[in-house]
Amino acid sequence: MLSTHISLEDTPTLYSAPSSSTKRSYIWRLKVEQVKLLDRFSTSNKSLTGTLYLTATHLLFIDSLQKETWILHHHIAAVEKLALTTAGCPLVIQCKNFRIVHFIVPRERDCHDIYNSLLQLSRQAKYEDLYAFSYNPKQNESEQIQGWQLIDLAEEYRRMDVPNLNWKLSDANRDYKICETYPRDLYVPRAANKPTIVGSSKFRSKGRFPVLSYYHQDKQAAICRCSQPLSGFSARCLEDEHMLQAINKANPSNRYMYVMDTRPKHRMQSWWASKKDIGRIVVRISSKIWRDEKIRESDEKARLNAMANRAAGKGYENEDNYSNIRFQFVGIENIHVMRTSLQKLLEVNGTKGLSVSDFFSGLESSGWLRHIKAVLDAAIFLAKVLIEKDWISFGHKFSDRCGHLDGDPKEVSPVFTQFLECVWHLTEQFPQAFEYNEAFLLQIHEHVHSCQFGNFLGNCQKEREDLKLREKTYSLWPFLLDDQEKYLNPFYTPSSQKFTVLEPNTVPFNFKFWRNMYHQFDRTLHPRQSVFKLIMNKNDQNKQLEKEIKELESKIKQQKTRHTDTVLTKESLHCIHADSPALKPSLCFKKEQTLLPVNDAIRTIEGSNTADNRYSEYAEEFSKTEPAVVSLEYGVARMTC
Amino acid sequence: MEFAELIKTPRVDNVVLHRPFYPAVEGTLCLTGHHLILSSRQDNTEELWLLHSNIDSIEKRFVGSLGTIIIKCKDLRIIQLDIPGMEECLNIASSIEALSTLDSITLMYPFFYRPMFEVVEDGWHTFLPEREFKLLSSVTKEWRLSYINKDFSVCPSYPPIVTVPSCIDDEALRKVATFRHGGRFPVLSYYHEKNGMVMIRSSQPLTSTNGRRCKEDEQLINATLGPGKRGYIIDTRSLNVAQQARAKGGGFEQEAHYPQWRRIHKSIERYHILQESLIKLVEACNDQSHNMDRWLSKLEASNWLTHIKEILTTACLAVQCIDREGASVLIHGTEGTDSTLQVTSLAQIILEPRCRTIRGFEALIEREWLQAGHPFQQRCAQSAYSNSKQKWEAPVFFLFLDCVWQILRQFPCSFEFNEHFLIMLFEHSYASQFGTFLGNNESERCKLKLQQKTMSLWSWVNRPSELNKFINPLFEANSLVIWPSVAPQSLQLWEGVFLRWNRSSKYLDEAYDEMINIIEYNKELQAKVNTLRRQLAELETEDGGMQESP
Repeated sequence: MLSTHISLEDTPTLYSAPSSSTKRSYIWRLKVEQVKLLDRFSTSNKSLTGTLYLTATHLLFIDSLQKETWILHHHIAAVEKLALTTAGCPLVIQCKNFRIVHFIVPRERDCHDIYNSLLQLSRQAKYEDLYAFSYNPKQNESEQIQGWQLIDLAEEYRRMDVPNLNWKLSDANRDYKICETYPRDLYVPRAANKPTIVGSSKFRSKGRFPVLSYYHQDKQAAICRCSQPLSGFSARCLEDEHMLQAINKANPSNRYMYVMDTRPKHRMQSWWASKKDIGRIVVRISSKIWRDEKIRESDEKARLNAMANRAAGKGYENEDNYSNIRFQFVGIENIHVMRTSLQKLLEVNGTKGLSVSDFFSGLESSGWLRHIKAVLDAAIFLAKVLIEKDWISFGHKFSDRCGHLDGDPKEVSPVFTQFLECVWHLTEQFPQAFEYNEAFLLQIHEHVHSCQFGNFLGNCQKEREDLKLREKTYSLWPFLLDDQEKYLNPFYTPSSQKFTVLEPNTVPFNFKFWRNMYHQFDRTLHPRQSVFKLIMNKNDQNKQLEKEIKELESKIKQQKTRHTDTVLTKESLHCIHADSPALKPSLCFKKEQTLLPVNDAIRTIEGSNTADNRYSEYAEEFSKTEPAVVSLEYGVARMTC
Repeated sequence: MEFAELIKTPRVDNVVLHRPFYPAVEGTLCLTGHHLILSSRQDNTEELWLLHSNIDSIEKRFVGSLGTIIIKCKDLRIIQLDIPGMEECLNIASSIEALSTLDSITLMYPFFYRPMFEVVEDGWHTFLPEREFKLLSSVTKEWRLSYINKDFSVCPSYPPIVTVPSCIDDEALRKVATFRHGGRFPVLSYYHEKNGMVMIRSSQPLTSTNGRRCKEDEQLINATLGPGKRGYIIDTRSLNVAQQARAKGGGFEQEAHYPQWRRIHKSIERYHILQESLIKLVEACNDQSHNMDRWLSKLEASNWLTHIKEILTTACLAVQCIDREGASVLIHGTEGTDSTLQVTSLAQIILEPRCRTIRGFEALIEREWLQAGHPFQQRCAQSAYSNSKQKWEAPVFFLFLDCVWQILRQFPCSFEFNEHFLIMLFEHSYASQFGTFLGNNESERCKLKLQQKTMSLWSWVNRPSELNKFINPLFEANSLVIWPSVAPQSLQLWEGVFLRWNRSSKYLDEAYDEMINIIEYNKELQAKVNTLRRQLAELETEDGGMQESP
């Protein structure tokens, strides 16, 4: 072994280190040559041969064409060693970003070494071992601090006009005494005093009493969230009831308040059956894990009233006792159901030679799109204002979201993926309403799992403070902002008022399989030309052209002023030149050819070069033996003799 | 027959029209020989003109004396008319029914339509086989035009002029025609200039159970191979179906008699299976009350995307043989008028950049669908709301357009036309004021004297003002072979057609307009920069000249 360094220009910029353009060296621990990387969807075991390196943070494969495949250890969800074959020892690595790679290592011992190292490296026991704590993007301290201050919760609430007459900042949780999983600063109704808060929190699972999540200034309506009440249905908690009354009072313009339960009704039915007089108890119900339930004050009384009545069914509410509270059930399943659902979906889609009907029945039986629809339906009922344009523009949503996100890499859950997918569906329906594009969503998803930045580490603000994330790690947002032109939506129309409230259509046919997320690394499945990139490129070009026009105009102006100075004396000459433009074009046209070059990469058509052609195996095999039937599946032809 | 006899009530007032995403319109309903017209008399903006031939089925309902007619159109739209008065309603319904199911072609609207535009270029003469052949004869002498079918006696479903190997004389062709189903002897479909390989098409050979053979047929198709070359026969039926066909006198090429050819069987469905698939899919798309599971299972059960995948896969296979393997290909199914044409035309779109331009695509449809004898009249008689269940009704051309759309989605910059162009063709293939898609083959079109009596669709489409709507702003000629992905994850429901009437496309349309704006703005800026540069250069040379001249 000559060297243990791999020097690389521009290391994994796209997927692991958004801003590293510097030359860095990686120290590798293990190097195995003659490793084969199989094409996941090839039916004829087409492969690339190359060298596999294992570094402290990444697994790197460089094929014979010098193409690099980087896999961050934190991205690895599962490593599997399959039974030994004649070609070698197969190693399958599944990643959290839905990449699946299939290596064949010639010697079993090497394979075993890689396997063991990966197992060790991909499962960090301590937060301090995560990449974020060793990642150094060469920012100085003040940049690091600035990065963390980019998104400020208090600022977010000020933007919503909170605190105001009805809502105040509470210092009850200053020291995380009331609720560990809530942030320090909480916004509660002005009428709620400390005893009410403390009492209410004792009645709620994990102390998550109702707090303000979002305030809609124009309609003076609020979204609050909390966890389920603890003591079942027999108990009452006066403080909790006071709390809800206080919330109701804090919205003077609305008569009704809606209590929305995100769990499916069938899970509740046994509960309901045991207790008839439900209306007596102010219930905040939510699944223990799904901490996303909200209470909503109605802003569209009549319409929602009807919906709530239908949803709640007969007997669930007693208007005499609680004339201003409505119950709403939305069938969002819990996290475990979601995880299994996604696993099923991915399993089906990984099948070689998948048929259309298998694809659809897989899509159906996984129930994934059903869950996505449920989440979106809930969001729509919750508030037509929830999906407000600028609320989810650049990073803002995360200031709110980070507070209760399960970003711990050890507790993998598709909840966040689902949130991103819902947003994606909205971007598909409202292409002009979002400032960012799909790449932004994918990049965020990437980094939720990459553990490269501190944002998504820890489970709550307290934990994050204990980890000293702000001092020890870097924030993702400045990196995304630095690269923001990559993530901007060229169709975004910020000025228009029409997108303040989106009204998405949730009829099932609007829900599509998000290929760019779940098959983001399976290039052969994607369109070969991207309208999006082309338009983004045109947009950039337009900006440059505008600049050039300005420059040219000022130059011409200069020339003209100079010209008029001289023209007084040289008038006769000027006339001749003006009348004989035929002399000049050659010179001008030469210049035009150098007009802004169009980015060639955008026009490159994958699949049209032989190296990555998916039909080529067919030709090779055809010349071998006499086949009877040819089947062409998954874009790869195969002969069965 | 007079249309007046069929129109029992020509005019009803106070009719209310309901359409999805539009406010209800109250107005006067008029029936003419070919149109159903509803106009609100306040202003003339709210007018509905519906061709009777576009009506697929109607349903009527009564609530008291208020009648309701639900009209389901071949372009998949559903509209509702509320008609006061039971008698009027019944009269209107039976008139529409009679007028939308005229059995004589010569009573159809194209024979009555008088264009309001000036015909710049007569579409009937835009795509002549001789002109197409000129391109071919400039690169190779191995092919000739044969006029053997000029009176449609050799093959009733072929055009008068066909392209055949130069070394095969008309006499041999006559013999081959007797050996092929419907007389459809092998003819040239596409010549791949890059390597000289060809795609030919025919119908099934009539080998029957006793293994009949025809020396001339063997000679003819061997003549398309270079020396020492091998070719592929792609049979669009499964081996099983092909074997069963022998019992009915059909069959397939036996290896023993065609030693230079490899036969490959792919299974593409035909006839009522496709029609049922369309009916199921449209039903699923129209029912908005479905939950997610039901929608997905109905989408799956319709099998529409499975058919798309099969057709695209077979086309890719043909392309692979020609472009990668460097071999010639013969494609046929049973009659050679349906799945065969889907495969040959899609293969050309994948292979040939010219077919991705508007003109080239029109020429392709003319060549591979109209002249090749796809029975449009039969296949497009009814659409997704049909109750007739006739064997010959099938969305074969519709599936082809959907496949083109799938490729267009994957290569959005490689086509000169946009989605609207494909939708327009879909509409006109089912109901049109133009004569282009009337008749089942050239022979019928000749007898109907369509060229003299009707207007060609191409005469209208190719006018710059119309063409504008169909131009893809992203188009940049791409000379490469465009290989589509046929994985289920890559295929999509053609929303522009199937969900067109079921949801508002407002935001998508606005985004599309915004895209056009960005591109237009880019062009403007480029032009401006050029002018300014020229201006500056002029000023500079003048300046230079002035400084030098003294």
